[in-house]
Amino acid sequence: MNKFKLAYSTGVVLLAVFCAMAVGAIVIKAVGASPMLTYLTIVTGPVQDLFGVTEVLVRAVPLILVALGIAISFRSGIINIGAEGQILMGILAATATALALPGLPKIVLLPLVLLAGAIGGGLWAGIAGVLRAKLGVNEILSTVMLNYIAAQFYTFLLRGPMIDPGELETGSGTPQSLRLPENAWLGRLIPETRLHMGLVLALVLAVAVYFLLWRTTWGLRLRAAGAEAKAARYAGISVDRSLIVAMLFAGAFAGLAGAVEVTGVHHRAIEGISSGYGFAGIVVALFGGLHPAGIVPAAVFFGLLLVGADMTQRTAGVPANMILVLQGVIILAIVSAKMYLNNAYAQERVAKFFARFKAPSVEPMKPGGQS
Amino acid sequence: MNSGGMLYNILSLGVPFSVALMLASLGEMFNQRAGVFNLGCEGIMCMGAFLAFLPSFYLKAGPLVPYANLIGFIIAMAAGILLGLLFALVTVTFRADQGIAGIGLQLFGWGVAGVLFRHFVGGVTSLDGVAAWPVPGLSRIPYLGGILFNHTPMAYIAFMLVPASWYLLYKTAWGLKVRAVGTAPRAADSMGINVNRVRYQALMVGGAMAGLGGAYLTLCQARMFADDLVAGRGFIAVALVYFGRWSPVGIMGGALLFSFAQTLQLSIQVGGIKFPYEFAVMLPYVLVIIVLSLARKARMRGPAQLGIPFNREMRY
Repeated sequence: MNKFKLAYSTGVVLLAVFCAMAVGAIVIKAVGASPMLTYLTIVTGPVQDLFGVTEVLVRAVPLILVALGIAISFRSGIINIGAEGQILMGILAATATALALPGLPKIVLLPLVLLAGAIGGGLWAGIAGVLRAKLGVNEILSTVMLNYIAAQFYTFLLRGPMIDPGELETGSGTPQSLRLPENAWLGRLIPETRLHMGLVLALVLAVAVYFLLWRTTWGLRLRAAGAEAKAARYAGISVDRSLIVAMLFAGAFAGLAGAVEVTGVHHRAIEGISSGYGFAGIVVALFGGLHPAGIVPAAVFFGLLLVGADMTQRTAGVPANMILVLQGVIILAIVSAKMYLNNAYAQERVAKFFARFKAPSVEPMKPGGQS
Repeated sequence: MNSGGMLYNILSLGVPFSVALMLASLGEMFNQRAGVFNLGCEGIMCMGAFLAFLPSFYLKAGPLVPYANLIGFIIAMAAGILLGLLFALVTVTFRADQGIAGIGLQLFGWGVAGVLFRHFVGGVTSLDGVAAWPVPGLSRIPYLGGILFNHTPMAYIAFMLVPASWYLLYKTAWGLKVRAVGTAPRAADSMGINVNRVRYQALMVGGAMAGLGGAYLTLCQARMFADDLVAGRGFIAVALVYFGRWSPVGIMGGALLFSFAQTLQLSIQVGGIKFPYEFAVMLPYVLVIIVLSLARKARMRGPAQLGIPFNREMRY
């Protein structure tokens, strides 16, 4: 029966993905492109050469980090939509730290910069956590609003106080910070590509999150508070505190993702660094079943989609916004499929349905049937 | 500019600014009263805003030209109903988590509008939109006339929808059903009300009004379309429902207050007071968070089953 359960879950997920792709295909058809070609481009376009593969992994790094944080928050019963803003705050904190302390040796500075990013994102998310726990403010709304505020704050700093003085001298005024000192750069994993040490960091943290959430009492408390707040409270767990802690961690992971992006890829704070990792991270976390073991492959898959979607404009004539459409329908499909995944009743009905084809002799013959 | 003139500007601009928020927020009120938290409002507004733009963009000649805007409103509402149905399928039939599904719908609506816009239109294009229609007689009242009676027809309709929504919600059988399925679905079910059907209907009404709100943005307020035209107004509309304590009049008050804050910010900038532009843009979003924090006790009066899918086969 366990074998059937696995087949059943796989079938449901495949069906959900198929539905999502079908809806996406309608949109692609509407702009007069070929859905097959578009999907083929998205999935195979990036993996033609080594550089493409590393680009996919470069995108997967922030996705893993953001999704790990979102998994922590969702498991703890608080929905963090604010990763986008937390990433920006992480970038700002990391950049400011690196620029303020350029003289420190790499072994001190780099961890410090990454930590600053995590703290920046964590505190920003903490606002929503405290508001939810202490004042009952809906965290979905507050994190969405915090996203908009963070975006404006980011632009303000990059255009004003943190702008590269060179930009003002030459008069081009591109909103970007100074280049980070090389002491604060993450090393390259493969020379000549953009793939950096952040990948290792993300994988290590994925394992760490697994242990924290599933192998410690601390993690059990968080998950209990998320699974059934009333029961957890009855068992003596402070649900308010675990909401805040979960939010701090979720924000810290998003902020770290921002810090890793800026120290690993761009080496300075520019506009558009995040490019939707915050929302894509939600999709990755859901697609990965809110579990590190699922999140890592899901992040690689969505890294592929992100790189591939950039190519569809050229090869298939589909605007790159298509990735938003796909993310949207995938979210809708996954949350819909969830009802059938853990539904013993639906599972039994499907089992019965297939049993009819498999072994017709098992069914009792109706008297007088068979005409 | 004297302060009286500035106040007049704030008020006369703030009233039309509030309409899109109010329409979407009234729609969201019906969703939430029926127990469904529809964060996809933002995505529906994006679709409505884009689709309302299309008829007047394409109809340059022909007998339908005078009706292009009307067609735009109708298409936007139809799309809103369809997206409302999609959301109902996901959250009512499949009983999905509403908060996350709402983000899905938001990404979907925003993405589809963006893809179609970039493909069919390309860049930001302005259009004539709906002309203001001063109410004969009333608009000539000094001061008040300009504030209240010199707007597009859609604005008057929106303000008439406030008492209409109140009547629908509190004085009709359907309104009672909506409130019942949002507060005590099990009791409603045992009285023979089809809970899921009422929730479907409420989501269709909410979708239509969100679509209309988006269309208003394109045709009456901005008179153009861009990818980021809606810019979080759908989320603000959802927050306004909390602020307005799930009542039409409260929502109208919230929408007006919010738009006055926004036009105040605009006139501060025009007035030449040194203030970083980004902080001015931030202001409405900060205001929402503050308002949500202060509205703590309002939770008590919200629909009891908000956000909880109804499962008829589950025993408690």
